[in-house]
Formats: sequence, C-alpha cells, structure tokens
Amino acid sequence: MGGERGNGANSERGRSRFRNLWKPYSRVPLLGWFFGALVAVTLERLAGTPLAQFLGLQKIPVLFGFSVMLKNPVLIPNVILYTLIIYGVPTAVATRLCIPLANGIAASLFRFPMAVTAAAHLALLYAILHVWAEISDYRVLVLRLTLIAVMLTLSLNVINGYMGEFSCSHPGFMALGAYCASVLTIGLFVNAQLLGTASLPAALGPFLFPVALILGGLVASFGALFVAIPSFRTRGDYLAIISLAFLFIVKSLIENLEFVRGPRGLSGQPDWADLPTVFLWTVLCVWSINNFVRSTIGKALNAVRDNEMAADAMTVDTRRTKMVAFLFGAFWAGVAGGLFAHVMRYVNPGNFGIQNLAEVLAMVYFGGLNSVYGSIVGAVSISLLGEALRPLEIFKWIIIPLLLILVMIFRPTGLIAFRDLDVANLLKPKPKPDGEG
Amino acid sequence: MTSPFLQVRNMSHDFGGLRAVRDYNLEIGSGQIRGLIGPNGAGKTTVFNLITGIYKPGHGEIFLDGRKIDGLPPHRIASLGVSRTFQNLLLWRHMTVIEHVKLAHYSKIRYGLFAAFIGTPGHNREEAEIEEKAVRLLDMMGIRHLADQVVLNLPYGAQRRVEMARALATEPRILLLDEPTAGMNPEELVQIMEIIRRAHKELGLAILLIEHRMKVVMELCERIQTLDFGAVIAEGTPEEIQNNPRVIDAYLGKERAI
Ligand SMILES: Nc1ncnc2c1ncn2[C@@H]1O[C@H](COP(=O)(O)OP(=O)(O)OP(=O)(O)O)[C@@H](O)[C@H]1O
Ligand SMILES: [Mg+2]
Repeated sequence: MGGERGNGANSERGRSRFRNLWKPYSRVPLLGWFFGALVAVTLERLAGTPLAQFLGLQKIPVLFGFSVMLKNPVLIPNVILYTLIIYGVPTAVATRLCIPLANGIAASLFRFPMAVTAAAHLALLYAILHVWAEISDYRVLVLRLTLIAVMLTLSLNVINGYMGEFSCSHPGFMALGAYCASVLTIGLFVNAQLLGTASLPAALGPFLFPVALILGGLVASFGALFVAIPSFRTRGDYLAIISLAFLFIVKSLIENLEFVRGPRGLSGQPDWADLPTVFLWTVLCVWSINNFVRSTIGKALNAVRDNEMAADAMTVDTRRTKMVAFLFGAFWAGVAGGLFAHVMRYVNPGNFGIQNLAEVLAMVYFGGLNSVYGSIVGAVSISLLGEALRPLEIFKWIIIPLLLILVMIFRPTGLIAFRDLDVANLLKPKPKPDGEG
Repeated sequence: MTSPFLQVRNMSHDFGGLRAVRDYNLEIGSGQIRGLIGPNGAGKTTVFNLITGIYKPGHGEIFLDGRKIDGLPPHRIASLGVSRTFQNLLLWRHMTVIEHVKLAHYSKIRYGLFAAFIGTPGHNREEAEIEEKAVRLLDMMGIRHLADQVVLNLPYGAQRRVEMARALATEPRILLLDEPTAGMNPEELVQIMEIIRRAHKELGLAILLIEHRMKVVMELCERIQTLDFGAVIAEGTPEEIQNNPRVIDAYLGKERAI
C-alpha cells in the first residue's frame, strides 16, 4: 500500500468521522443547547473550585480565564483544560445525549401558545445565567452590564441601522433616563433632601422602581424630540452633528445642575437592579423591538432609509416613522440608563460622553446593522472582550478598534446584518435531520 | 356626465428660471386610461411629481374627487388613492419583494403602535391579512416565486413588476405610470401591457401613462396629451395625435428618425 494514498484515505476518513460526530448536532433544538449549558454551569458550581485548585488556578477563572492567561501565560494550558473539562466536554456530551428528550419536550412546548413556549425557554436561559453568575459578584456585575449593553445596542440599531440615520445622541438619552430614575428613587426612598419630600417606606421600592425606569425612558423620549424634529428636514452628516450637539447639551446641562450635584454625580441609588430585574427588562426590550421591526409599521423604517421619496409615495407617513424610531429608541436607551445607574449605584456626567458613544457605536457596527441577532452578538462580544482584555489596560483600546476595522473591511455591514429574531423558527424542535445532509 | 375624478387646473411650475410645466390642464374620469407623451425634458415626470405632491405647484390647483389636494404631503395624497411608479425605479434595496408590497398597505393599517410593540393577536391577524393580500398581488404580477428575494438581486423586468405590485397595493383609484416598459424586451412588453389592462379592468382604475413606445400608448390609451417644453401642444384620440402635424414635428418625427 502506497504511503501517500494511505494518508489521503486516512485524512478523508478522519474528516468524514468528524462530520459524523458533528452531524447529530444539527438536530439539536435550542432547548437542547440550553440543557447542555445548564449541565456545564451546574458542574462548575459543584466541582469548579476543586478542579481550579487542582489545576493550580487558585479559584474559578471568572471570565473563561482570559485575565489569568494574559497575566500569567504559563497557565494557558491549564485554563484551556479547565474550560474544556467544565464547559466544552459536558456541554457537548449532555447536548448530544439529550437530543431525543430535548426534541420531545420542545415539541410538546411548541403546542402551547408562543408566549408560553418562549417563557419556558427564557426561564431556562435565566437559570443558566443565574447559576453561572452566582460564582462571583464580579460575574453578576459583568452580566448585568452586558445585558444593559444589549438594550443600548439594540435601541441604537433601531435608529442607526433600521432607519439608517447616524445618530450620536444615545448616551444623552441614557443620561436622561439614568438621572431621572435616580432622582426619583433617591429622592423618594433614600435622601429626603433631594426632592423635599419625606422618604417613602422601602417596601414600596420594588413596585415603584419600574415606574421610575419608565419615567426615565419617557424623559429620554422627550429629549429625542430635539433630534427627531430636525430629522424631518436634514439627513446624514448634518443630523449626525445635531445629534452630537444634543449629547453635549445634555451633558453640560447635567454638569451645571446643582440640583443633581453637577459634576460630582449622584450616588446611593437603592440596590434594586439585581440580575433578574435587569434580565427581565432586557427581555422586554428585545421582545418589543423585535416585534416592532418585524411588523409592517416597523418596515417603514427601512423604507425611509432606502428611499424616502418612494416611501412617501407609497402612503408611508415618513415624519411619524422618524418620530417613532427616535422616540422608541430613546425610550429604551433611557430605561437602560436607569438600570445602569442602579447597577453602578453612582452616576456622573462623565459616564455619558464620547467614550460611551464610541462603545455603543462599536457594538452596533461590529454586530451588524439592521439586525437583532447582530446587536446581541455585538453587545455581548464587545462587552466581554472589554472585560477580558482589561489586564492589558491601554492596549484594550488598540485591540478592540482594530477588530472593528477588520470587520468593517471584510463585512461592511457588520458580522450578522439583516437578521431579526424569528422566534417560532428559533424555538422549534428539529426531530428530522436537515435535508442537505 | 359625471365630474372628472382627477382634475388639474392651470398648473405651472418653475425650477429656478426654467418653466418646466406651463398652464397644464387635465381631466380624467374614473376608470379612464390617458396617455402623456412628449420629447425628453418636456416635463412629463414633473407633472407626476406635482400631482403626487413631491413638488408643490407654483401655480394652479389639483382636485381629486372634488377635493383640493395640492399642498397636501405626498403620503396623504397617496392614501387618498393616487399611486404611481417611478421612471428610474425607486425600490427599497434591502427589502424583499413581499415586504415592498406589504408596506404599501401602510395607510390601511388599523392596529396601533403599541399593538406592534407587543405583538397583540389583533396585530398578528391583521399582518396575516396584509400578507394574504400581498401574495394575491404578487400572483397577479407573476412574481410570487420571488416573494422572499431582496429586490437588489432581481432582473430589471422583475423590478418593474415589483414597483407595479407595490403601487397597486396602496389600493389606488388612479395609477400614474412613468414609462413602465422602459428597458423591457418585447416579450416582457406584452406581459406588462396585459397587466396594465387587467389592473384597469379588474380593479377599475383610472390610469395616466407616460410612455415613449408609441405602440403601447396607441394601443392602451383612449386619449393622449402631448407635452413640449412644459406645455400641452395637442390632445386627442390616438389617431388624432398620430396625424397632428405639431406632434409629428415636435416628437413623433424625432422618434421615427431614431
Ligand atoms: N428637481 C429639478 N430641479 C431642476 N430642474 C428639474 C428638476 N426636475 C426636472 N427638471 C427639469 O425640468 C425639465 C422637465 O423634466 P422632466 O423630468 O419632467 O422631463 P420628462 O418629460 O419626464 O423627460 P424624460 O422623457 O427624459 O423622462 C427638464 O428640463 C429637467 O431638467
Ligand atoms: Mg420623465
């Protein structure tokens, strides 16, 4: 037998074996992946610490070990081993084993109204995040900030992606929401001096918190009028400059308002933005934006972007459309701002500047324009990358922009552009192999 | 005799120093097909843009069903039943064929914004209705198989049909077609004429047609106006127009020469 021929046949066989290994995974419903992930995070909870110590890692690597690897490259193999043992292998095995079960459950869930099916999936997703994050306070914090970033990115995508206006005022909307919600919660529950009323009983807090967030969102929407109305007549560069001006006006307004302590910032927000709360608001945000952009009224945003004159001639009220996009986007930015303030429990005008704008824009353009998936992917990857690269300090701000430039060169519309969430398609069981094989 | 459905009275419009349309008059009864011909730059498209509200006429008045519509924003005029296609295809390049047709139902949507945010059952039901209507129109245009394609990737003839389907989806009572056969091969030409006839017969539409191909205008239109340098130089039946010396001089002669 000729060596070369034998080698070729071997690698061919190896490849087909690999394909056979991978093939069953095309039949895994989303529920199956969730089961797998749940097994992995539970395993980490139970055996993570001993394994980490055994591998010489002192404690569980918080964000998949990036910071450990960057600080101490000798430990790279250990971290990889840890990740494989805790996440990789268990997820793969558990997912593989429960394919029939997951498909069965997914199929019976699928018979319920979509809201029920979706709620069941979300509950499982929350369980995974909860178990994963419980390991350390740092994880909880990063996770909450990441979810807030998802809200911000998606709401900015409504304006910049779906409607195609380059708006720079998002941190301004966020600031309005953050300050409005903070003034309400601090003023009513913590510090009687701020609003001049007696403090309300803390027991009311959790009920009034959503109200404060919504009011913050509405104030942000109101602020958005100052960008939406000029957008009737201007587009492109000019509108970008107007929106940037709006951001600076909001920032300097807050800096000069002694009522909210100016540049010193507001602190002492009650600790109400815990993980479930932030998760719930993020779900609401993604859900409503996804519903909106998939409905015919929402498609009007795309028409205004692609050709406003044609939209007008086809009965689309373009002014209303622009108004809705700005106000709706700003509303969710405001809510995200309110949550941000209560996660950090301290805000100052410096939180809402150009740096913040650059981050959100990077998330939108990295993930993909006109895309719900893209916004989620962009926000999560840039947030986690930002945290993971933290040990590199200043270099972080070279690596992330470089990545962004690469994406812009090779995929000018971002990683996953033009993809909304088709919930029914996402959650459906996959009992038969895909046609293509 | 009923009063005309669309009536334009003494309309003039200037671009800077250029008088693009002068003293233009038009009366179309419901269900009539009219032609508008003339050399390049005669002002035909400008007449459409004035009627549909893209420009506000510098002078003159426009009535739809007795109601004054000049000065209304374009989307209002469109939702009153004046729909159009564009000479140079203004499609929404990132949207699919069916999304084009669905969106043209915009003014008929009954659900509110919050229903769209929440995705209420009423919203879903109405979306399903819109989808069904859109599919029916695509069927009529013979482009149902392209429903989920992004328009950017379609051949020219198909794009013209998408524009026509979209224009019909606004449920107009009068349709303004700006050179609907431009760039089409003879086969497509026959099909599009058939579609125009069907739209006219089945939906009872009035149609105002700008067209450079004499065969199409002469076959489809009951009456024809000829425009030159913004002014109507002749109006009449196809035979009258074909034999009018001024028209031959200003337009038909040149067309033949080419
Ligand atoms: N927005 C505009 N601004 C300035 N001039 C314009 C504008 N639109 C049209 N014109 C001018 O008005 C005149 C009439 O143009 P119009 O497009 O109505 O001609 P048309 O009859 O449709 O010609 P064609 O057969 O080439 O389509 C032309 O001289 C054109 O250059
Ligand atoms: Mg023209």
